[in-house]
Amino acid sequence: MEAAMDLMRRMPPAECQQALASLLALLPSQSPELLSRVDQPLQVACDEEHAKQYLLCDYNRDGDSYRSPWSSKYSPPLEDGVQPSAELRKLEQEANEVFSIYRDQYYEGGISSVYLWEPEHGKGFVACFLVTKDGSESADGRRGLLQQGLWDAIHVIEVGEEDEGSVHYCLTSTVMLALTTADQSSGSFSLSGSITRQMEADASMTDGHLCNMGRMIEEMESKMRNGLDQVYFGKTKEVVFTLREPLGVLNASSRSGQSLQQCIINEIGRF
Amino acid sequence: MEERIAERDDEIEGFEELSAEEKVAIGKWFLLKSPPGQIRQVAKDVQTVLMDDSLFTKAAEEAFPEYNVKHMIPVELPDHSGKVLVTKYAEVDNSHYLDPRTAVVATIDHIKQVCTNMRPAADDELPTALMEEYRISVDAELLKYVEEAYPGGECAVYCTCGKNVDKQEGEIELAAVISNASFSSKNFRGGSWRAVWRIQINEELHAAELQGQINVNAHYFEEGNVQLDTSYECHDSIQFQDAGDMGAGIVNVVERLESEYLSSLEDSYAKLSDRTFKELRRKLPVTRTLFSWDKALQLSLSRDLAREFTSKR
Repeated sequence: MEAAMDLMRRMPPAECQQALASLLALLPSQSPELLSRVDQPLQVACDEEHAKQYLLCDYNRDGDSYRSPWSSKYSPPLEDGVQPSAELRKLEQEANEVFSIYRDQYYEGGISSVYLWEPEHGKGFVACFLVTKDGSESADGRRGLLQQGLWDAIHVIEVGEEDEGSVHYCLTSTVMLALTTADQSSGSFSLSGSITRQMEADASMTDGHLCNMGRMIEEMESKMRNGLDQVYFGKTKEVVFTLREPLGVLNASSRSGQSLQQCIINEIGRF
Repeated sequence: MEERIAERDDEIEGFEELSAEEKVAIGKWFLLKSPPGQIRQVAKDVQTVLMDDSLFTKAAEEAFPEYNVKHMIPVELPDHSGKVLVTKYAEVDNSHYLDPRTAVVATIDHIKQVCTNMRPAADDELPTALMEEYRISVDAELLKYVEEAYPGGECAVYCTCGKNVDKQEGEIELAAVISNASFSSKNFRGGSWRAVWRIQINEELHAAELQGQINVNAHYFEEGNVQLDTSYECHDSIQFQDAGDMGAGIVNVVERLESEYLSSLEDSYAKLSDRTFKELRRKLPVTRTLFSWDKALQLSLSRDLAREFTSKR
């Protein structure tokens, strides 16, 4: 199993679906663990009744059916599929609506879903917030810059019980993205990646669960987006520039720089 | 009959067992997709998940040669006199590769990625004196360029056509390759730059055409997994006076086009932060402030109430 996870960390992120499918085929007895530990791009389904789309993941699945956050019905239909409690369902509906607005403001498109459920053991509840965005020029990409552009964010928050007006939240977030720009003059340029982070916080119940969870997710998404942009993509750029040095740029470490330094030192030495 | 029994077995067990060929194919796929410098670690993992050493060996025997040639890996010669590049142009057969600079043929163990033996090249494995003139001209200049621009990089120039041609019969073809790779597990990074330049020389016209193909990969994996994958094609042509000065002309073009490509990569990265990334997710909403969760909640609650009122009527 650890070998499988190590493979997933090394394979090109853009091929993670093929990689997981291969692992599932090789290790069918480990599929439950593989499916829960390996993150995959989110699949979309359509709720005909509400004419809205929703996202599929392990958390709204029961057997082979998935529950829509809009109608709370399973598709394909299930007689006694797992449902959140009435109270939780109300919160779930609000969450889907509000998260949709958040999603529109940051993603200018895309699809989101929120699912809530009570854990098997312990109190409190768990929520997962999902967003997928296809930013390619053929889909939601407004500026037509990307030939391929996919962003998938999966946030799972464990919400503890209220304790003297304060609640403990534990967030685990995974962002997966793949983007490709391609044009005649510069060939094709593809960056893909996936990172997972965790965050814990205590917050008071004054603003309610939704606001508390929402703020955590917003902070986390921004951190991860900037991290991917600056740190992760930046590091790959560094690697490229250590493989091939830009010539004509005289700096102390380049060969032309060093030989020039040596010439100057020799000249000075002559005096 | 056997198939029917096997099918029933599948039904009983509840999942489909893969055939040996399918398992080998999967193992090979993982090995071929290894990021630069990591095939050995990937191989360890593949051996574990295949759970069958004979299948793993088969997958490795098929994948390693393909991987080594594609990635143009440099292998140290046994007498430590230098390195030989494992490339398709150097291939004498699938375990012997020619180093044109030293006229040596190296025996390569693909799976261990080492050179186990070397011998001088036979006459029919080497180009004619005429071709060699051109080849050396490019090789000498290329070495200088690669030493300056590619820290730790390797290069080679091969005659790819007209090897056995004594007198000029139209065009002479060369292939110049540059390969540079790095990997540091301590710093969680690795990458490779591979460039292949095909050169067609027309002696009569004193002209040469070049087509370049450059592939760059980079991998950063500290608490995450991010990979860069690029490819680029370009071409140009030059005039030259004789074999002696042709090399400099060719390498000047190579240097110029590769430097241009490097700056276009820099450009792509610069655009990424400001524009390209926005296609996926903005840094902030258009309002340039954080999202107002409480206002949005109020809005949605009041919408609910309004809906309830209208539906009750």
